Amino acid sequence: MLADIVPTTTWYLVLAAVLFSIGVVGVLVRRNPLVLFMCIELMLNAVNLTFVAMARKLGDIGGQTTVFFVMVVAAAEVVVGLGIIVSILRRKPNATTDDLAELKG
Amino acid sequence: MELFVFVVAGAMVLGGGIGVVASKHPVHAALSLIATLFGVAVLFVAQQANFLAAVQVIVYAGAIVVLFLFVIMLLGVDNAENLRIEPFRLQRPVAAFVGMGIMGLLSAAVIVSRNAHLATRGRGLVVNGANGANDINGANDTPIHDGNIKALARDLFSGHVLAFELTSVLLVIAVVGTVMLARKPRKADFEGGAS
Repeated sequence: MLADIVPTTTWYLVLAAVLFSIGVVGVLVRRNPLVLFMCIELMLNAVNLTFVAMARKLGDIGGQTTVFFVMVVAAAEVVVGLGIIVSILRRKPNATTDDLAELKG
Repeated sequence: MELFVFVVAGAMVLGGGIGVVASKHPVHAALSLIATLFGVAVLFVAQQANFLAAVQVIVYAGAIVVLFLFVIMLLGVDNAENLRIEPFRLQRPVAAFVGMGIMGLLSAAVIVSRNAHLATRGRGLVVNGANGANDINGANDTPIHDGNIKALARDLFSGHVLAFELTSVLLVIAVVGTVMLARKPRKADFEGGAS
């Protein structure tokens, strides 16, 4: 009975949507810049999951290729972002995102 | 069976995601992120993206989370944050509203359009069949164990070879830029002497 239920693409897409919204809430709520980055990773993973689910549904390998590129760009983004965070935190130890308001005027 | 995998991996993904958002300690958030990334890797395998699952574990759970932990430990920012303080009034309600709105709208769009006709094209994922002749529904059931890698490589190195080469440029730029950002500025830079 329970074994007959096969998760369809819709399930995966809804799961990805929920994961994406968790990431959005994290970016909006958290103030630690490192945790902000982790929430951005959550959103990227949600999008990757969507791509892979659609690649399976459409039978098109292009979705998986896109995920490959997303992973490369995410890795580069994390490296550069952490470099920026390191140089900021070296100047202002324990800075939160609220403390970084020099551009506010 | 696939239902069981989906439920367990989905619970890992969602629990890890909530852990990232809700944990006070950045190290705990990073560890929750590992749970999420492993869950996504399991879902990739369930969706027949075997190579991407391996890359996910190696690059994300291996490299990126280690990089996060390294920065946390290196900078000593691993003090717990008091989440009870709310610096801006209405920030959390608005964030919850926006999150629920995005979740509701995306889920509604997905569920409403679940029977929509999607044009299928491409050569297929080539999981079961040989030589790209079959799609995942696999009329030809002789399994080749690396079919997914071969299909991905064929697509990557034929259709997207320019983008693939550009990613190497991107990675080199990222490495050089990070070294420039993270090194300690020398005194001569401020005095306008050496460049």
